Amino acid sequence: MTETNFESKNSVPTSIAQVGTITKYALLDYLRGRRFFIMLIITALISVLLTVLVGYYRPDAFLLSNLTFYNSWWGTSVTFVVVLSAIFFGGDAISGEFQNKTGYFGVPNPIRRSSIYVGKWLAAFIASAVMLGIFTVVTVGNGLYYFSSIPYQFGESFLFALFYLVAVLGFTFFFSSLFKSSSMSILVTAILFLFVFTLLNELIVLLVKIEPWFLINYGANIIGSVLMSPYPPHETTTTGVGFRGQPTTTTTFYASIPEGLAIMGIYFAITAVVGLILFERKEFN
Amino acid sequence: MPFSDVPSIEAVKLSKRYNSFVAVSELNLKIEGAKCVGFLGPNGAGKTTTLKMFTDLIRASSGEALINGINVHTNKKAALASVAALIETPEIYPSLTPREALTMIAEVRGVPATEIKKRIEEAVLEVHMNEWIDKRVGKFSKGMKQRICIASALLSDPRILLLDEPTNGLDPRGMSEVRDIVKSLRSKKRLIFMSSHLLSEVSDVCDEVAMIDHGKLIVYDTISNVTSKFSGGNNVVEVGLVRPVDSKIVVKTIAAFPGVINAEKIDDKSLKISFNGGLDVQERLLNDIVKLNIGVISYKAASSELEEAYLKLITATL
Repeated sequence: MTETNFESKNSVPTSIAQVGTITKYALLDYLRGRRFFIMLIITALISVLLTVLVGYYRPDAFLLSNLTFYNSWWGTSVTFVVVLSAIFFGGDAISGEFQNKTGYFGVPNPIRRSSIYVGKWLAAFIASAVMLGIFTVVTVGNGLYYFSSIPYQFGESFLFALFYLVAVLGFTFFFSSLFKSSSMSILVTAILFLFVFTLLNELIVLLVKIEPWFLINYGANIIGSVLMSPYPPHETTTTGVGFRGQPTTTTTFYASIPEGLAIMGIYFAITAVVGLILFERKEFN
Repeated sequence: MPFSDVPSIEAVKLSKRYNSFVAVSELNLKIEGAKCVGFLGPNGAGKTTTLKMFTDLIRASSGEALINGINVHTNKKAALASVAALIETPEIYPSLTPREALTMIAEVRGVPATEIKKRIEEAVLEVHMNEWIDKRVGKFSKGMKQRICIASALLSDPRILLLDEPTNGLDPRGMSEVRDIVKSLRSKKRLIFMSSHLLSEVSDVCDEVAMIDHGKLIVYDTISNVTSKFSGGNNVVEVGLVRPVDSKIVVKTIAAFPGVINAEKIDDKSLKISFNGGLDVQERLLNDIVKLNIGVISYKAASSELEEAYLKLITATL
């Protein structure tokens, strides 16, 4: 498992082993940090709020069936947990190496920058997955309380949420590599995911009336869609009277599962690779 | 893959440009063998930029940075396998303890698992941070972090050390301890390439000196050659006295001490002594003067041969 190094008494480990080392210590840093604690509180707050609201008001949308429960609870909230976790743990994972000068401690060692990048990505993924795990446990706990069974679609939805986390983290690492300022990379990623993508989705569907297949949050809709039975097709509705007496036609687009996975996968592949290239080329000035 | 028993670092036409600004200009410098080389130059001369190009922190615009004949840019892992570097003042992940941060570096560098604990404890002891080994780094002062970073450089017993102003941020005791560490590494047959603003530090610790200005190498030679070529060959100390001193003692006794070239009174209570030699001569001279019981209350270097050479060389390029 080692690359022979004739010029040192130590054998420099393989890049995979070095990725493991970086992951381990970056994760340790995350788990002990204030940010992890804050994210934990946010996840707990969302979970408690949903538990109390559903328990007190017993809304039909939640309690109509097993599937509608998971769709309403999980389908509407989990993307928020995913995006927030990715921003918290990935937003400045790379830019912090420059701004906080931690890169000066790790980079001048016999380790490829790509190993540092991948190691930090894995640490951010695990830390975010812990948050997702907590939210999943609360969701399932409530689901079992009301319906005493878990639909298999929830398992699929959980995997899609994990995949969405992968894609969003690819994106956050891209912006983290693009900027040297931690606050800038966090801010841009947060604005994009919390506002811009949602707004674009709405505008494109309403005004341009085309399927927004190029938006990551459109692809992520499969997390909620899979919890609907049957799986929803694109739906065109004609409502009221619009401009010059013409009826207004609105189409609600639903990405199919392969489409959703492809969109998220392509987003991840492009942003992760470009982010890595940026980090490889970026200089510690 | 090139291989040599002799540690070496080499800059081949190494350049770094930022748009129209040239930070390092076609630097050619080969340092070979176990020795300590001081890297001197004014602010902005290109010292740190050069060291960063040797450690993958920045990329050369042209030319090559070679360590043991291996290009740092194209084969970083192999090139830096036997190198430890301390560039600027690195920060450590704040939630980690020195033990954890150093374990991370030890694992990355391939220190055998069975030796990691022992080596970390030895390295931390050497920088006098053993009491803090299990405290989180986030609360450490700049000097404490610098000590941990020095410990990280010692962990893997590297054959080559690249140090960028290693005493920067340390208190006087810390500075002295770091110099002692560097001296001990030099005695262990390591190649040490160390930038510094402190000429006394370089003349105390190093065998050779490379001077750079405006990104260009001005001179690279042994300290004795540089000083003999470019200075008057004198070190000067100023001595403060608590009471007026007899001129005869100055002219006849002090001027006759071994190594002393000239001794003169600046005023009734201070002397200026020029001498040949390094810190050992300076130390002996102090002992001899104190023994005269003339009321010595201060003793400081006014200038050194290296300083004289530095000023001559650097001024000449302005």
